[in-house]
Amino acid sequence: MNAARTLILIPALNEEESIYRVVREAREVLPDFDVLVVDDCSGDDTANRARGAGARVLRLPCHLGLGGCVQAGYALAFELGYQTVVRIDGDGQHDPRDIPRLLERLRSSGCEMVIGVRAKGGAGFQTSLIRKAGISFFKLLLRPILGRPVADPTSGFVAVNRRALEVFSSTFPLEYPEIETLVVLQRRRFRFEEVPCAMRPRMAGRSSITAIRSVYYVLHVLLGVFVNVLRFDGRPRRT
Amino acid sequence: MQLLLNLLTGFGIFLFLVVLRSLRREHIRVEHSVSWLAASVALIAISLLVPLIDPGARTAGMSRASELSDALLFIVFAIALWIGYRSSRVASELKDMNITLTQRVAILEFQIRQLHEKEQARS
Repeated sequence: MNAARTLILIPALNEEESIYRVVREAREVLPDFDVLVVDDCSGDDTANRARGAGARVLRLPCHLGLGGCVQAGYALAFELGYQTVVRIDGDGQHDPRDIPRLLERLRSSGCEMVIGVRAKGGAGFQTSLIRKAGISFFKLLLRPILGRPVADPTSGFVAVNRRALEVFSSTFPLEYPEIETLVVLQRRRFRFEEVPCAMRPRMAGRSSITAIRSVYYVLHVLLGVFVNVLRFDGRPRRT
Repeated sequence: MQLLLNLLTGFGIFLFLVVLRSLRREHIRVEHSVSWLAASVALIAISLLVPLIDPGARTAGMSRASELSDALLFIVFAIALWIGYRSSRVASELKDMNITLTQRVAILEFQIRQLHEKEQARS
């Protein structure tokens, strides 16, 4: 594991209450890793608090949404020559102590992306029933498309290697990217693996996906998956 | 029937003036305004010309006077839908370009900041 070539990427929007602790924790657990916070034009003090905690900050001049924000981070990481990028959320749900396991799996499996998924029945914060239902729906939908089961397609805790980084820096879903990303990977004949992790409750703030938005979320992601399936060059590969 | 045609004429003139005003205030680009201006002119022309060409329509075998105007209205509606679709395509292309530009600007600002910090560290 070459820390100098690995970047911890944290997309953030109005996370001033949690970003300092998230960055500090990541730097304490993995002091040799660079930490980049991509601030999606927050209206609060997110950028300064992230800098204060020791992160480098890529501040977007306009709000682009999660996909555009993450893609900007991937593009910068690719330009700066990083070999691997680990994306964690800015609300503290992902434990940086799990990052070495993700990177080890990325290296040992030779796949392009590793997803940290909520451990089944394990310790840690469990998600709401509505979200569980949504995850189950998308698991069913994705299984025939990906040719394999996926435990949590909505997880934002991912590690990618340079091949995936190159693709994502130019092609990345713009809104609610997690699920569509899997289909983008499949289109490129890339592989992904999953590593069970303990998720934690948010340190502060609320999820941007409210009850009404969750309906839009499902429709948007369904359409995005459908469009990506239409773009398949050939049959999806079974892994 | 006449009331509908008058309303259409009024709407056509209103649309034409709104597009012109938007053009003058640079709220809409010239290339995007052309199709809207054409549609408003077509709307005005159709609503004014229907009474004139009505006898011709009857000669052409249309039993009701309103059939021709119904057909023309359908055409205007189809044109409006097409313009709406084209506008969505243009807006999508512009949004894509805006995202790319925003990301490039952010990355360049980041790199400039890094250079400044290195300079300061040296001096």
